[in-house]
Amino acid sequence: MSYRLRVNPIACEAHGMCAELLPERISLDEWGYPLLGEEPLDPALVDHARRAAAACPTFALLLQRERQPR
Amino acid sequence: MSVVLASSGPSAYWYLTRSTGTVSLVLLTGAVVLGGLDVQRISTPGWPRFILDALHRNVSLLAIVFLLLHILTSVLDSFASISLTDALVPFVGSYRPFWLGLGALSFDLLLAVTLTSLLRQRVGFHAWRTVHWLTYASWPVALLHALGTGSDVKSTWLLMLSLVCLMAVLATVLWRATAAWGEHARLGRFALAGTGAFTLFLALWVPGGPLGSEWARRSGTPAALIGHSHATTATNEDHR
Amino acid sequence: MSSAQSTYAEQPTRAAGSPVGLPRLLAGIPAHGSLDLAEHHSLHGPLPQMTRHRRRRSELIAEIERSGLRGRGGANFPTAQKLEAVAGSRGRPIVVINAAEGEPASHKDATLTRALPHLVLDGGELAVQALGASELIVAVNESAIAGFESLATAIAERGTSARSSARIRLVGVPDRYVAGQETALISHLNGVSALPTFTPPLPFQHGVARRPTLVSNAETFAHVALIARHGAHWFRELGTGAQPGSALVTLSGPVAYPGVYEIECGAPLGSLVDAAGGLSAPARALLLGGYGGSWVPAEHLDSLCFSEEQLALYGASPGAGVVVVLSENACPVAETARLARWLAGESAGQCGPCLHGLEALATSLETIAGQDAHAATRERVEQLLALVRRRGACAHPDGSARLIQSAIDTFESEFDEHARYGTCERCLAPPELPLMQPRRTRHLSTRRSSLSPARQP
Repeated sequence: MSYRLRVNPIACEAHGMCAELLPERISLDEWGYPLLGEEPLDPALVDHARRAAAACPTFALLLQRERQPR
Repeated sequence: MSVVLASSGPSAYWYLTRSTGTVSLVLLTGAVVLGGLDVQRISTPGWPRFILDALHRNVSLLAIVFLLLHILTSVLDSFASISLTDALVPFVGSYRPFWLGLGALSFDLLLAVTLTSLLRQRVGFHAWRTVHWLTYASWPVALLHALGTGSDVKSTWLLMLSLVCLMAVLATVLWRATAAWGEHARLGRFALAGTGAFTLFLALWVPGGPLGSEWARRSGTPAALIGHSHATTATNEDHR
Repeated sequence: MSSAQSTYAEQPTRAAGSPVGLPRLLAGIPAHGSLDLAEHHSLHGPLPQMTRHRRRRSELIAEIERSGLRGRGGANFPTAQKLEAVAGSRGRPIVVINAAEGEPASHKDATLTRALPHLVLDGGELAVQALGASELIVAVNESAIAGFESLATAIAERGTSARSSARIRLVGVPDRYVAGQETALISHLNGVSALPTFTPPLPFQHGVARRPTLVSNAETFAHVALIARHGAHWFRELGTGAQPGSALVTLSGPVAYPGVYEIECGAPLGSLVDAAGGLSAPARALLLGGYGGSWVPAEHLDSLCFSEEQLALYGASPGAGVVVVLSENACPVAETARLARWLAGESAGQCGPCLHGLEALATSLETIAGQDAHAATRERVEQLLALVRRRGACAHPDGSARLIQSAIDTFESEFDEHARYGTCERCLAPPELPLMQPRRTRHLSTRRSSLSPARQP
């Protein structure tokens, strides 16, 4: 079971909390919007990613489960 | 030797309800100020957004805890016969019904805010945000309740505390309202007007109201309780 | 393989039997006005009757699958697959004919709806019957008055012969570039703004009124109408294996007769230009696919063939059937800057990277087109292009990035010239690329949650 990060760009309002809570995978562009890597999430980071997704004020950050192992 | 009084003096609950009420007010003020900082996206490298956000949330929850204690102790206290219903349903009580009712109203608003915040994901962002704006209403209502119901209102420390809290909230609201000028301009104007009206009301009412004479009677304290040492608006030291 | 034919000539009334070669869709097209129901039936024959029997319901889908028809709205998605997806979803489906042509350089849908409304409506009705849909919605641009009236008349004509079980609704759509995008169209039909939405859910699962919705381009439905009459085998008599059939193309720029043409898929672009009377000025490059497409240098004109696979060799795609010729008299740098500004203005304004990124790209390109260009600006453009791709809810930033990237690559010499010497004499020439009215200054707010620079709540 692997996870991927995805952002709903319409809901995102560039609060930037996700980048604070998951700096290993999320950085911010010059306007404050998140840059997510495409690769699946390292299992050790999944809990942090969950916390980051829960912290997002607009629920823009999504943690998606991948069914097929890659 | 004088007649032994039927009641032996203020119970612990009486003190507890006043203290927890005061602490609630301070914590609620803190929650409003932190919420204002949060929504203005204030952050420094040492104080990232998620810290401020968590602090706001925790202070708010702590305020709710103290508020629940305040309600519980006021119900348990035998002096003013406040029932649980009076504490939760506005304006139905017998003890200073209007001013106590404001407290119940404030609590009800905060209950809505708390529940929607705990269930944010279910409720969705827009519904959550609209209900959250009720906090701007619940704070002034809480302050009026404190000034109208509170027994310590004539004491300097409480007045000073209330003033400091009021100024903190005013500053937060003014800053927030003017910052939102572009997008929520109408709401901003409404907030400024409401804030101005509220401050004016306080300035006009407080000197002649809670600080005036016979406030206990005028605010609706049942006649049987007036004259009892509890019900006077004297300072703490006068209580036996 | 027949070559492209001009369709502005008069066409004789058709006898029974499938048409050979071209034109197919544009057969009998009047130069003004439209074909009424009687004329349409005498030309193409009656609408094939599909019984409501369950087994026959999917016969249309099977035939479409055999024909290999792909969508003509720009995405080139296999139509049968879309039909199957809607058929397989839960709930009573709705069919939407998308004639909302927001692309300024495309007029094929406007032409079809104005002149041949019954052909388009036939396709819609066939889809309704095949899917058991309860409603057919035809979406047209608010400004396409001729098409709107034509369709309204046609719908009224069909209404009197009440064979169809579905009700037909004609809806106007705002004239925005993004309003014709699938999810934007559905959002508009649902009474929210005509702006794209986040997916999932996709329209085939939850679209209009949260029901499975088939959204396809008007031209696609027109092809369906003919395939149902003449069969998949007939459809495949033209075109290539991977891209069968014919397609409508809007040709604009310095040619003798710009306009809407029907060509065989895979036909050489040179024959299209010939059919349009040839070039009226030497060409510098061709823009293929629309304003989210790519540039190809004009020297390849003779080797370019109009199909997905052929154009892919040049980094381009047919898109919504758009071919714009840019003459050597125009300044490609100035045109690109103008396009970039327009594209930035057309952003829905919902996603930060698109709103800010396209604005920054437009400003940078305007700087390059003006006096003050140097290497740093070029680097800035490359950086911005990387920042906008795949970071919006729809394909608008991607299309814009594709266009700008291909402009920089194709017009390298002109860009270098501008970097070294500033504006050129061609910058003074009047603009060539057709654009709609320049938008008013972008406002950040939209009806729902608005986008703001990172600082403002």
